Parts: sequence; structure tokens; C-alpha cells
Amino acid sequence: MSGANDPYDPKQVAALSAENLDAAVQKAREAFAGAADLEALAAVKPGHLGDRSPVLLARREIGALPPKAKAEAGKRVNVAQSAIRTAFDERFAVLQVERDERVLREESVDVTLPWDRFPRGARHPITTLAERIGDVFVAMGYEIAEGPELETEWFNFDALNFGKDHPARSMQDTFYIAPGDSQLVLRTHTSPVQARTLLERELPVYVVCPGRTFRTDELDATHTPVFHQVEGLAIDKGLTMGHLKGTLDAFARSMFGEDSKTRLRPSFFPFTEPSAEVDVWFPEKKGGAGWVEWGGCGMVNPNVLRATGVDPEVYSGFAFGMGLERTLQFRNGLPDMRDMVEGDVRFTQPFGTEA
Amino acid sequence: MRVPVSWLVEHLGFDEVPTPEELAEAFTRIGIEVEEVTPLGPVTGPIVAGRVVEIEELTEFKKPIRYCKVEVGPEQVNQIICGATNFVEGDSVVVALPGAVLPGDFVIAERKTYGRVSQGMICAADELGIGDDHSGILVLPTGTAQPGDDAMELLGLNDSVLELAPTPDRGYAFSVRGLAREIACALDVPFGDPGGVEIPEPEGEAWPVHIEDRPGCSRFVARRVTGVDPTAPTPWWMRRRLMLAGMRSISLPVDVTNYVMLELGQPLHAFDASALSGALTVRRALVGEKLTTLDDQVRALDVDDIVIADDSGVISLAGVMGGASTEVGDASSDILLEAANWDPASIARTVRRHKLPSEAAKRFERTVDPALAPVALERAAKLLNHYAEGQIKPGRTDVGVPALPVAVSMPIDLPDRVAGVRYARGVTARRLGQIGCQVSVTTSEEGQTIVTAVPPTWRADLVQPADLVEEVLRLEGYDTIPSVLPPAPAGRGLTEQQRRRRTVWRTLAEDGFVEVKPFPFIDPSVFDAFGLAEGDVRRNTVGVLNPLEADKNVLATTLLPGLLETLQRNLARGAKDVSLYNVAQVTLPRAQQVPVPALGVDRRPTEAELASLLASLPHQPLHVAGVLTGHRELAGWWGKGRIADWSDAVEAARRVGAAYGVTLRVVASDLLPWHPGRCAELRVGDWPVGHAGELHPKVVEKLGLPKRTVAFELDLDALPLDDHRPAPIVSAYPPVLLDVALVVDDSVAVQSVSEVLRASAGDLLEDIRLFDVYTGEQVGEGKKSLAYSLRFRAPDRTLTVEEATTARDAAVAAAGERVGAALRA
Repeated sequence: MSGANDPYDPKQVAALSAENLDAAVQKAREAFAGAADLEALAAVKPGHLGDRSPVLLARREIGALPPKAKAEAGKRVNVAQSAIRTAFDERFAVLQVERDERVLREESVDVTLPWDRFPRGARHPITTLAERIGDVFVAMGYEIAEGPELETEWFNFDALNFGKDHPARSMQDTFYIAPGDSQLVLRTHTSPVQARTLLERELPVYVVCPGRTFRTDELDATHTPVFHQVEGLAIDKGLTMGHLKGTLDAFARSMFGEDSKTRLRPSFFPFTEPSAEVDVWFPEKKGGAGWVEWGGCGMVNPNVLRATGVDPEVYSGFAFGMGLERTLQFRNGLPDMRDMVEGDVRFTQPFGTEA
Repeated sequence: MRVPVSWLVEHLGFDEVPTPEELAEAFTRIGIEVEEVTPLGPVTGPIVAGRVVEIEELTEFKKPIRYCKVEVGPEQVNQIICGATNFVEGDSVVVALPGAVLPGDFVIAERKTYGRVSQGMICAADELGIGDDHSGILVLPTGTAQPGDDAMELLGLNDSVLELAPTPDRGYAFSVRGLAREIACALDVPFGDPGGVEIPEPEGEAWPVHIEDRPGCSRFVARRVTGVDPTAPTPWWMRRRLMLAGMRSISLPVDVTNYVMLELGQPLHAFDASALSGALTVRRALVGEKLTTLDDQVRALDVDDIVIADDSGVISLAGVMGGASTEVGDASSDILLEAANWDPASIARTVRRHKLPSEAAKRFERTVDPALAPVALERAAKLLNHYAEGQIKPGRTDVGVPALPVAVSMPIDLPDRVAGVRYARGVTARRLGQIGCQVSVTTSEEGQTIVTAVPPTWRADLVQPADLVEEVLRLEGYDTIPSVLPPAPAGRGLTEQQRRRRTVWRTLAEDGFVEVKPFPFIDPSVFDAFGLAEGDVRRNTVGVLNPLEADKNVLATTLLPGLLETLQRNLARGAKDVSLYNVAQVTLPRAQQVPVPALGVDRRPTEAELASLLASLPHQPLHVAGVLTGHRELAGWWGKGRIADWSDAVEAARRVGAAYGVTLRVVASDLLPWHPGRCAELRVGDWPVGHAGELHPKVVEKLGLPKRTVAFELDLDALPLDDHRPAPIVSAYPPVLLDVALVVDDSVAVQSVSEVLRASAGDLLEDIRLFDVYTGEQVGEGKKSLAYSLRFRAPDRTLTVEEATTARDAAVAAAGERVGAALRA
């Protein structure tokens, strides 16, 4: 800056001249722009912003100026220094972004590498199905009842109105417990839980009982001597077969979809009268939607109520039972029952914990 | 039961006979299960009756072959090759002529076979699609047809067979009579009862009979037919019906008894009266008595078997099978026909005891109409009279008093109330009348309308109102019952125990275990492989009387045998890294076996009776067990992975405890089949609830398992349902972290050191964690160094290092006192 208009005659200081400061700024900008990365930027920084940089050295000269010129020169230096700082910061920001991007790029991996570090576990699909059925009925207000697998004949047969030598007793090929006169069996159905429930609980009762059952069938594609059933029992005042039908329809919808429904065919079970076989309309049946045999049901026989101390003149109710293996077999299209009992992990694993 | 449609509809007044499918549908709708509908045939083309004129035996072949001249029409004789030998010259047979097509698209053509030209085929019944008899060709009774007659009509090929499976309560439905009546009800058509036979007044007895065992035999009726032509053939129509019903033709008298049984449902027996000596006695068998039955088996009788005896001893196993000594044979002409009502339960036991199921027993077990015996005898006698010129003797023996059905009353709207339907007025009375009840309607003192039904004699199953209700509902159709969801009361949801069990089930699966469900049947020799001592409690098993596999005859007391077998199966199929678990009941006999009390079913058991009933069962706690072999963490691109070891079993067991809301303590233990130095006992407090660790190397070797297989088993029912409701106070002040290394004797269990530190560090200790175990020179022989990191924090202020250090020093001092721990130099 020339001092041509100054009323004084200041001593000319070259370092503080506008030309020199502009040149310093220009040089700094060039140097920063030329820095290819943060390291290079850091290397050139002292030459333009350090104590020995031209602008900082120029600032030292201000003191030598006459008081009136100090302000003007100081302002010039400040502007120059600020310009250099800005140039540095801008370059720094650009280089930092470039550096961050590069680091992320360099750290990238092949995320398609297999991640099977921990072997996957699974619950048996029968377990999941039993739990799911339990949930469906719990949501309807039912509770889950339980009973032992080794059962007295009284609970398994007598209390359920199976006469001592009634053919129905031999229909259910029974595993008997030694010795011959033990009067103990492996339960042939979950129905003994009906009698237990009526003896143990306050009325009204609404229960389901999933559980393991046993019959002397040889293991093949459609039979297994150890299988699972779910039993349902409702005893209340004024229950009708229409209520049974409504419950079964709701159950069917929860298992097989909104389009499902049930059909009752008259049948015979000692512990229900009237009795029925339940067919279910299965929309995804192999070869087209159709009826599939699903289980048995009926209105609880008054003899069962009497044996458990329930007054059949006051209370009535219904019961039903379905095979879980059978349900799973047609619902999931499983061709061979043996897969469900052999315990091959390749069968169970695909079901995961929630099939 | 198999019934030809033509036989069934004979008794029904159809304007237009329904199709077999329509009949099947009607049966299904009213509760008679239809197993199969089998149309006869199909047969097309020329099928005619033929007469065998000449038989030439060809002997140059390995099996007998006949070259027959068969008259197949006026002036027409065909030469036909035939492999059967059950016919003679002059016999009437069925011939499929060239151009005929038999079932299975079997085209008959003139062709050369066995070196001769064969112009057609002499047919067996099954080749024609009528029944499954292939014991020889079909020989028609003499005079049934003339050569050249169309055999299609003769064989009745335009017919179907329904295979029906009535439920065991409906004994009456094991007959054409009963089934036709069902259809009459289902389709509202008139029914002509084949049981409506007139019974003439008898003149005297047919044979002297004494019933000594009234409970075993409620009625015994006999009729005698003499002068029966033993050579008289069974008429073709009867043979055809028997054949289609699945019974073989034996001889006219036997066929007649079978035919009447199928038609009416009353099993009959025919004795050769000339072989009988003296009066007949109905009684139970005596100790040591034997009987040679019709199938030529000598059977040792049980004192519970009902028998018929004469002066010679037992001659028949009543209701089940006749004896050989009085069998009607080729020369029998004097026939005593028997029809009786036997105690269903006794018959069922005899059948089971002697493994002798029969068509007769099947009906007796399901109760036979007590009014039917004289009717069936009359029908049979008339058939013998008609087809074999038998003289029906005027006498009839009829002893015993059959039990007749008792009237059942109910409010007339009970069916409506059970179904949840408002049936049209009069429906209940009409339906009950339709099935044969005598129905009356009255008004009770309370003004209720009561219907009283006296069931027909063939409906012994109708004993209570519910039985009548079912009849109304099924005939009106279950499809008319509406679908209504009942308003169940609010439930309490899952029990605490059920919820926690579910968590256990899920935890193990989430933890990499695969659930399997082995059968509970085990081979007790597995306990030898486990090395269990003679008196080990797990050897105390409950046995199964009739196991499917003879050696797996006891119920599991531990889940390990089933799991290990499943593990072996997986390994045999190529799996390497396997973690399995099972949650199931085990069966543990009680120390004192309580006898099962004898309880009736006419009332609720008393509390004492119930208690002893429940106490008579073995203890059946729910166990959870797991086995692991191979990698717990798999090898892969990330590195080597980690092989499962004893600690994985312990960890899994402890996770089960945690899932159940219980902290399991670990104590060193020594229980087979585990490794004596790598077996942890898991405890709740001081109460043992299971074991975990590595299996004993010898057990692993004996069972052929991979080395270092590990396992755990817990009694889930022994875990308490702790009311676990934590209310943690979470401090936001900074912690002080201090490490400490302690040297203890090798024999000191880490858990005891940790417990002392935890107990003695005061309330400021927030967490303690063992991060290293070191053994080696620096700590000296027989010693180990345990490095802990302790985190201290105060709830209300910033803790100073000095305070934390004081607390740590107190803990270290306590460890020094109680477990001999020294600060590591």
C-alpha cells in the first residue's frame, strides 16, 4: 500500500506492502492446493501459517510503524492471514473427506463370505405346533392341562366309558405295563386328561392338552407307535354341538387359513355321545383343496361326567382330539412319518425355532 | 363288512335306485364309514356260459395244463387251454371268448399257447372282477345256465360292492338287514324287513339243551333239519353274494349259515346231529379241557371260555368256532342248527385269548339282536329245505331269557338343546320311530314334554338320553348344526411353569441345539454300557408287557440312552458337529408300589380313592437333556473353530437353569456315564438337580461315540419356580476397576474362590469376572493363579480408588483365610 495520501511520511516497510502480502497469500494458496494429501498439507503448513511464515514475519514489523499507520497495516496483515487460514481449512476439509473415503474404501470386505460360525439349532416341529395350538386356545380363554404318559386303566379307559371288554378297548392297541395285572398302560390318547381335569378343576372348564401318546402300531410312513395328540375339553352350562362346531372352525382357520372350515361325520367314541369324526377343508391339499380327516370329537358322554362327579343334568360340554403328526403331515406335505421320530438333524433344522 | 349294492337295495323301496356313490354318501352322512366302493368288472365283449365237454391233460409242461373242449353255444365247441384243475367234464363254466376284455384291460384273443391254439379263456372269479377268489376257475352249479347264455347277466356284473366299517357300538349294522334299514332312514324310503319271517309254533324240542351258565348265554335256540341232500350245491345267487361279501363257498349247510348271518346279523352254527351224543350243555370250560376246532387246531381251553358240550365233552367254542368232531361234512344229512346270544365280553376275551377273530365273534362281541335267533333259524331251515330237500322237524328248542332293551325317556327338546338347533315339530318322535323305537309322548308334572322310546331289540346300544339324541342329530344331519363360538370365561393364560418350560425349550434351540424326540423305550443293557452299578437307581425301571422291539422293553429313567442313539444315527448318516436335546418325561418307579384301587365309574371317586389312584402311578418328572459332539463353533474362513468340551455341557445346563429363572451351582461330582474328573453336579442351593460334563472314555468307546462327547441332563420338575422379580438400582457414577491375581492350591474349586471374593468385597462390588487361569513355573507346582477383574461402584457418589482398594483388600484377605489364597507376587 502506498502511503501517497498519508499526511505523514512513514518509513516504508516492504514486508507490509500490499503487494507482498498478496503474494504471500497467493503462494500459500498454491502450496495448499498442491498438497495431495493431509500429510503433504501438514508439511507445507508451517511455511505459510507457521511462526516463520511471511505473513507472521510481516506482522512483527507493525510495531515499527508510526501509530497512525499501525491500524491500517494491521488490518492488511489480518486479512492476509485470514485468507491463508481459510485456504488451509478448505483444503484440509477436502483432503480429510478424501482420506475418509479412501480409508472406508480400503477397509471394504466381501460381505458374502459365509457366516455360519455357530451351528443353527431348532425345535422339533411337533413342539412348535403344540405350542401354537396352545396359544390359539389360550387366546380363546382356554388353559393348558397336563397329565402323565403312564396312566392307570381307570383314567385311560374306565372313566372314559370304555366297558371292561368293549371292542373299543381293543381298537386302541395298547402298551401294557408289567406285571400283567398292573392295571397301568401307556396312555393311548390324551383323553385321560379330560377325566383328570374334571376331577381337579372347578367348573366351568375350558382346557386343551397337547401330549405324547402310545399305540402298538409298527413304525411306517403313516404310523408311529409314539405320537402326539391335542385334546380339547369344554364343560359349562348350556354348551351345544354348535359350540363344538364353532370352536373347531376357529381352530381350523388358525391352522389352515381363513378359508378353512370343518365338517362333522357321525362316529363312535365311548367318551362322547353324540360323536363325530372331524374333516377339515384344507385349501392347500395336494391335488387341490379338499376335505382331510383330522380327528374325533363329540359331546362329552354323561357317563364320563358322572364318573368324575359332574352333574350331567346341569353341565354339558364337548371334547375333541387331533393327531399332531397327522396335522403336520398334511399341513406341511411331509411324506414320511419316520422322519418325525428318527431325529435326523437335517429334518428338524429347517424348521428353526418357530416353524 | 362288504355288501353288494344289489343285495342291499333288494329290501328298499326305491323308485329309482341310487348310484353306489350316492349310497356311500348317505352311509357316510349317518355315520357308517365307507372304506371303498368297488364296481364289478369292468368286462366287455362276449362272455358266455360254457360246458366242459372233454379234458385233455397235457403232461409235457412243468405244471398241469389242460386242453379243453368247451361247448360255448349251440353247435359251437371251442378249444381252450386252462391251467386250473378244479373242474371235471360236464361242469358249467364261464368262458371269455376272443374279443372280450376283462378287468385290467385284459384282451382275450385266439392265440397259440402251450403249443395249442386257445380260443378263449375259462375264467376265475377274480379275473371277472367279482371278488378275489383265485383258487381255481369259477364252476357254476349244475343247471345254472346253458352253454352260450350271456354270462354278464348271470354274473350280475352291473353291480358294485360297498365296503363298510360300522362303529363297534352298532352291532346291528353288521348285516344287510341293519344296513338297509340305515339307508331307509337316511333317504326316507320304505324298508322291507328280511327278518320279518313267520315263526311257526313248535311241536316239542329240537334237541335237549341245558344252559348252566346264564350270564354267558342269555338265549339258545335250535332247530333240526333231517334228510338234507349232502350233494346239493349252493345255488349260484347265494354263492355270488357270499363271494362278493368276501366269504368262500364251503358246502350248502355252511353257506346257508353264513348267508343268513350276513343277511340278518345272527351268526348260526350247524352241527352234524348224527355226531352228537346226548343233551347239549352250555357252560364254562373246565380246567384242562381241550377242543379240536374246525381249523384242526387243538386248543387248551380257559375256564373263562364259554363252551357247548355233549356227553363226549366239549364240542364247540361257543360263538367263536365250532369243533371238528361235530362238523357238517360231505356226508352229513342230519343237521342241528344253533342260534344263540352269547355274552359279548366273554366272547371278546375268548377271541383275544385264542387269537381267533371270526365273523361270528365279531358280531357277538358287538351284541346280537336277542329276538333274532328263531328268525334266523327259520330262514336257514327253509333254505335247506328248498335247496337240499331237508325236512324241517317240528320241534324247536328255545331256552334262556334274553335281555330286552329298556325304555329311555328324555325331554323332547333335548336333541335341540344338545345340537343348538330348533328342529321342526315332531322330528324327534319321527326319527326315533324310524329307527324302530316304540315312541310315546307324555307331559311331566312340571309341564315338560317327555318322549319315551322303547328301543327295538337290535338296538342294545340305546341306553341313555344321549344315545337317543345322537340318533336324531345324525339322521337330521350334522351339517344342519350351526357353527357358534362359545363365550369362554377369561382364562389365566399359561402357568408360570408352562411359560418357563417354553423358555427352556426355546433357549436350547436358540443356543444351537436341535430338538429330537426319541421313543421312551430303552434296552436295559445300555446301563451296562454306562457302567452303572447293580443297585444304581437308574436301573430301577418300569417294564412294558408287549414291547414292539423285544429288547427295548423298559421305560427310560434317563433321557441319555435315547439321545445317544439318535446321536449315533446322525453320525452314521454323515453328520460331524451335532448338538441334540430332548425334553420328555422319564418314568421312575416308586420305592413302595401302591396297588391300583378298584374304582367304579358310577360316581366321583372319594378324595382318598383318588389319592391312592394317583399314588399308584410311577413318578414321571419332566427331564431335559442334551448331547454335543464335534464343533461347538465351526471352523471356517475365520479360523479353526472350537470343539465342544465339558464346559459347553455345563454352560448349556446353566443356561437352562437361567431360562427357568434359577441360578445353578456347580459342584465337582463323579457319576457314570460321565468322566470322573469332568463331571459337574448341578444344584439349586444344596439340592442336586442334574449333571453335566464329558462322558466317560469307556462309555464313549462302548457306544462307539466320538471321543470327548459331552452331555447334560436336568430334572426340570426339580427346579423351583422362584419368584424372580429384580429391581436393580442403576448408578450413573463412574466405576473403579481393579484387577487381582490370587494363587491357590490346584485342588481349590474356582467357584469357591469366586464366591468368597463376591461375598467379602462388600456392597460396592458391582461385578466380578475371572479372566485368566494360569498354572506353571511362576506360581509353583500344585498351584494355580486366578486373575479376576473387579468392578466397584457407589450408588450415590463418585467412588474413590482408596475406597475400592479397601474393599478389594478385604475380599483378598477373606480369600486368604477361607481358601488359602495368596496375592500373586
